[in-house]
Amino acid sequence: MLSMASKFRCPGCGYVYDEAQGDDHEGYPPGFAFAELPEGFVCPDCSVRYKEDFLQDDPA
Amino acid sequence: MHLYTLTSADGHVESYTDRKRYWWMLSLVNPLIPLLGVGGHLFSANELWLVVPLLLMFVLGPLFDWLFGEDENNPPEVLVPQLEDDRYYRILTYLTVPLHYITFLCVAVWVGTQSLSWWGFLTLTVAVGFADGFAINTGHELGHKRTKIETWLAKIVLAVPAYGHFWIEHNRGHHRDVATPQDPASARMGESIYKFARREIPGAFHRAWMIEHERLCRKGVPVWSLHNEVLQSYLITIVLQVGLIAAFGWIMLPFLLVHNFFSWWVLTSANYIEHYGLLRATQADGKFERCQPHHSWNANHKYSNLLLFHLQRHSDHHANPTRRYQSLRHFEDLPSLPSGYYGMYIIAYFPSLWFKMLDPRLLALPHINGDLSKINIDPDAKQHIYAKYGE
Repeated sequence: MLSMASKFRCPGCGYVYDEAQGDDHEGYPPGFAFAELPEGFVCPDCSVRYKEDFLQDDPA
Repeated sequence: MHLYTLTSADGHVESYTDRKRYWWMLSLVNPLIPLLGVGGHLFSANELWLVVPLLLMFVLGPLFDWLFGEDENNPPEVLVPQLEDDRYYRILTYLTVPLHYITFLCVAVWVGTQSLSWWGFLTLTVAVGFADGFAINTGHELGHKRTKIETWLAKIVLAVPAYGHFWIEHNRGHHRDVATPQDPASARMGESIYKFARREIPGAFHRAWMIEHERLCRKGVPVWSLHNEVLQSYLITIVLQVGLIAAFGWIMLPFLLVHNFFSWWVLTSANYIEHYGLLRATQADGKFERCQPHHSWNANHKYSNLLLFHLQRHSDHHANPTRRYQSLRHFEDLPSLPSGYYGMYIIAYFPSLWFKMLDPRLLALPHINGDLSKINIDPDAKQHIYAKYGE
């Protein structure tokens, strides 16, 4: 699963949700898929952008 | 004066000097204002000095805003990264944290050891309540940043006004719901500040607690634990305030109650004026549109902005919450207030005056243009407002 992990970026403030890392502070463990985040997910840093606004980073 | 420069690929040199650079030190004076009253009383033995801090805030503040006028200067966008990296600005926000503690403790000692008249006690306590309410402003600036030191300093300074839930409530609740009817921290047209306070104060606490509860449940840690970021700050408050009662006795109880109330009231007042009546449109998918610059009221007044870390350039703050205070911008054609917050607070405390001044301004905004359906209206005032302003 981790080999498929992607990064999703808030287009407003640049916060990155990295599926490989999850977000420990927010309570999402490593490997927690972006798609599985709740519908009402808003950017944890700016709270301006919604889940559907996030852009997937191109795989390096 | 520090000069920021950047040479672009085509050889064009962009440069910028922040004319307000050293003026920002005024933000260090703000927390100390109540000490002027204490110092004056100490040296002159005249209790009238205790009234001076409130006069400085609410008479001199609006007067200076009127006298020194507005500032519409913006830094060039390409130099904003340099401006944001300049540690000087950050150090000023760090320094206000101990200053709030020093003022609070000095005033507490003064109240606890002197036999003040009832009015001397009250004016000094209200003044330090207001000054520490502005600790929420310091906590606000720090709490929006991503570095560990800044988020911790935010929690530490929020312990002084006993408003530990602000960090979560504001960043995760208010910013998400701003300018919508469901936001307890956005005032509705026709809602007086006194009615707003009864919705805002409990509503904000409830929202902060629910957000933190949800996060801690996801993490699988107990809500009543040190992991709880609402409780972390309140724990410092308890140590501080119980310590004062133990040291100076029961006189501290009215002091702390009045102090805490007025600290909270400062935030209520700011929240009341920052989004009064403004409403984000509902999209086809039922969600609210993203927060735009025209969803906040602004004041460009030099003096109060220097005291408040540009809090009054509120539109840019809500559109770009992680931007640092020194780089917040002015935009043309935004909802703008006739005075800085000090003057607007006083107006807000007289609801009929507030409605008279702000309602026509609200209706005249370009994106509203008299259309009442584009305004966040208090349901209880709807009939009256439609009768007065409807077609």
